[in-house]
Amino acid sequence: MESTFYQVLELVLNFGLPFLLLLVAYIVGTMLEKGHFRSIRKRESEYATFPVVTFDTMPDDWSASSSTLVSGSVVISLDYFKRVIAGLRAIVGGRIKTYEPLLERARREAMLRMIEDARRDGYDAIFNVRLETSRLANSRRDGKGTAGVEMLAFGTAVKFASRFARAQ
Amino acid sequence: MEISNTESIPGRNIVQFYGVVTGNTVRAKHIGRDIMAGLKNIVGGELAGYTELLQDSRNEATQRMIQQAESMGANAVVNVRFATSSISQGAAELFAYGTAVRVE
Repeated sequence: MESTFYQVLELVLNFGLPFLLLLVAYIVGTMLEKGHFRSIRKRESEYATFPVVTFDTMPDDWSASSSTLVSGSVVISLDYFKRVIAGLRAIVGGRIKTYEPLLERARREAMLRMIEDARRDGYDAIFNVRLETSRLANSRRDGKGTAGVEMLAFGTAVKFASRFARAQ
Repeated sequence: MEISNTESIPGRNIVQFYGVVTGNTVRAKHIGRDIMAGLKNIVGGELAGYTELLQDSRNEATQRMIQQAESMGANAVVNVRFATSSISQGAAELFAYGTAVRVE
């Protein structure tokens, strides 16, 4: 009788716990992601009129009175559920759909922070925007420590010489 | 000191080049942040502690680059680039470089 109890306990610990963790990671992770995307969409529509371009020279109709370097960055981690799914995906190969929205929202967040940085100091536009991705290593040798991906957006923010310089 | 990641400072003329200036810093994440990040690794999302750490480090690297440019007598740094590399377990190097110039 006692041995069956331990067998059940062992079964629960070995398979139940990881499964529970997977479930929690999936539910909480999905909730957080939805909330984040809502916030991103809201702020993006707020800044829709703020010009952000990747040209390496200023468009001809801009005349700048001052400029500075602005940047925005975010470090994100991959959740447990997504790591497991990606691990399974790696066996057969192909597109890992769980990672795509994660990287997308990090990149959009970095862009938004760059724009917020520029707006806070009263700049009117950003050009020569560059995006960079870098991976932070695990903190433990066995590869089980925390790891993250950093997204960095940076560009040159300018103040227009006259408020209506861009209107023509 | 004016900084830009373009080849010139908008609306200004470059009159003199001083050469490449660099600034770097190597940072390790501390254990308290790592524990929080460990929890975040289950549900995913932003690791705010790390974001702040890297942002601070990048600012410091940029400041060092600016100091070097100032010691050369430059008043602007153009074509600034950033690089990040994780050099060992839990430590990362933040690196900023650009060209020191004098603008009028």
